[in-house]
Amino acid sequence: MNAWHNVWTITKRELGAYFTAPLAYVFIVIFLLLCGFFTFFVGGFFERQEASLVRPFFDWHPWFYLFLVPAVGMRLWAEERRVGTIELLLTMPITAWQAIVGKFLASWLFLALALALTFPVVLTVNYLGDPDNGVILTAYIGSWLMAGAYLAISCITSALTRSQVVSFIISLVVCLFLILAGFPPVINVLEQVAPRLVDLVTSFSVMTHFEGFQKGVLDSRDLLFFLSVIGFSLFTTSVILRTHRAG
Amino acid sequence: MIKVQNLAKLFGTKRAVDDVSFSVNRGEVLGFLGPNGAGKSTTMRVITGFLPPSAGSVTVGGFDVVEHAIQARRLIGYLPENAPAYTDMTVLGFLNFAAEIRGLRGEARKQAVGRAVEMCFLESVLHQSVETLSKGYRHRTCFAQSIIHDPDVLVLDEPTDGLDPNQKHEVRQLIRRMGEKKAIIFSTHILEEVDAACTRAIIIDRGKIVANGTPQELRQKSEWAGAVTLRVRNVAAGTVSTRLYQVPQVKRVTVVEDKDGHVTVRAFPRSGANGALVAAVGEAAREWQIEQLQAEEGRLDEVFRSITMPDTAKEAA
Ligand SMILES: Nc1ncnc2c1ncn2[C@@H]1O[C@H](COP(=O)(O)OP(=O)(O)OP(=O)(O)O)[C@@H](O)[C@H]1O
Ligand SMILES: [Mg+2]
Repeated sequence: MNAWHNVWTITKRELGAYFTAPLAYVFIVIFLLLCGFFTFFVGGFFERQEASLVRPFFDWHPWFYLFLVPAVGMRLWAEERRVGTIELLLTMPITAWQAIVGKFLASWLFLALALALTFPVVLTVNYLGDPDNGVILTAYIGSWLMAGAYLAISCITSALTRSQVVSFIISLVVCLFLILAGFPPVINVLEQVAPRLVDLVTSFSVMTHFEGFQKGVLDSRDLLFFLSVIGFSLFTTSVILRTHRAG
Repeated sequence: MIKVQNLAKLFGTKRAVDDVSFSVNRGEVLGFLGPNGAGKSTTMRVITGFLPPSAGSVTVGGFDVVEHAIQARRLIGYLPENAPAYTDMTVLGFLNFAAEIRGLRGEARKQAVGRAVEMCFLESVLHQSVETLSKGYRHRTCFAQSIIHDPDVLVLDEPTDGLDPNQKHEVRQLIRRMGEKKAIIFSTHILEEVDAACTRAIIIDRGKIVANGTPQELRQKSEWAGAVTLRVRNVAAGTVSTRLYQVPQVKRVTVVEDKDGHVTVRAFPRSGANGALVAAVGEAAREWQIEQLQAEEGRLDEVFRSITMPDTAKEAA
């Protein structure tokens, strides 16, 4: 299992890199503050007389991730190219795939940590009532998968440029598109303009596929959607890295 | 160990490396010289597998760097140009990472890191962040990374760039010593390093190899090889040069200095007259008061200039 050892070595390094920079802590704090604020104040958690987390908490995740995931993923390759360490990394006895997966995994684990730190919200709702924790768990899984899809897209944009800022902006725009494709107001407009496209467009949206998880349903199609976005994006990243070097 | 065959690398339509072939065996240290933009770094990037070749092939230890990239890379230690290193790590963390990704674990890793730290004099900065290192120390850190797995092949792109004179000396010694058991290729703009560390040197210009030989052989290409410098007193410069032109082996005479009655001239030999010139010039100058009579060795900088800038080299001499 030499391959996984290589991947894990890269992952460890990347994770370490997150925590030596203040960005990681800033990210986690912002994420937790946003979660708390939106869930309890904007989301009307207390007004609803039901002990459910799903709407007030998870509904916001696609929007939080829109800003936060590109911020986490932007440095992955852009920084490596700017500093020139990519020349070290890609001349080590590892495949480009191992490097790509290792880096992706590190960021994804980092997002998992941020997500896990929202556990007080779960405790609160359990304290106040008697929610269906199975649904909450499924929604967490869906949320993490959705974050992975955003992140994989950020990998592409990060590989495209030396500038982290450019990477951030492009991936934000792409992810915004993935949200809006399933955002009710947009769908309403679309239904009037081109009703036959509605199904096609919404099938590309993270919203559509996150919906199932929020209901506590683990649909293999939703799972497949997120995993294929991740797989396809990482593959595209490898193609981009290769074309850079081909000159 | 390294075998480069008809290598070409194109960037768009620009030929950065154009039909380059050479090989480096174990026990050899190859110096890679050439003006800025000649294609040195590009060639090294292809050898280390960072850039794919546009044409031709490179094998390292018998492994093709494209077909069997991983096996080939295992054998190579690489110091890229400008010595990049992960700025968010400490020196120790970085070296541990480099060792681990080279497959060294546990005790073996500890030993490898310790050895590299010792060879590159990094003890004092072990726990410092790479970001805050001075340029020279960052260079040494990256150099340490390249030798951490005691590779058979070393590819070093300007290994002494940014080092202080003591460290330059150390690194040259190190390269020379390691070169006895490894195949090393390193690029440099410092011509003394060719003498100090290389068994062979290649000069590359605009992507093509223009000279390839031992430092001694390269020096022989110099106009200076076998030239004679003569300094006399109380003789007119014109007289000296007229007399020297009468010496059959002399091809050309230049007046180096003419001041306060001291005249310094340099006589260049016709081809094939090497060695005999000192005696002949000494004979011609018999009646004068000779202050200095000296045979010159070929000069690498002059060879370098005349090969890479044939038009202007003459004036400079
Ligand atoms: N990625 C690239 N894209 C386009 N052109 C490139 C690229 N990398 C190098 N070149 C060009 O290839 C040529 C050779 O560059 P290279 O870096 O190999 O030179 P060098 O011999 O290492 O020079 P120096 O002494 O300045 O380090 C240069 O003209 C350079 O502009
Ligand atoms: Mg160079």
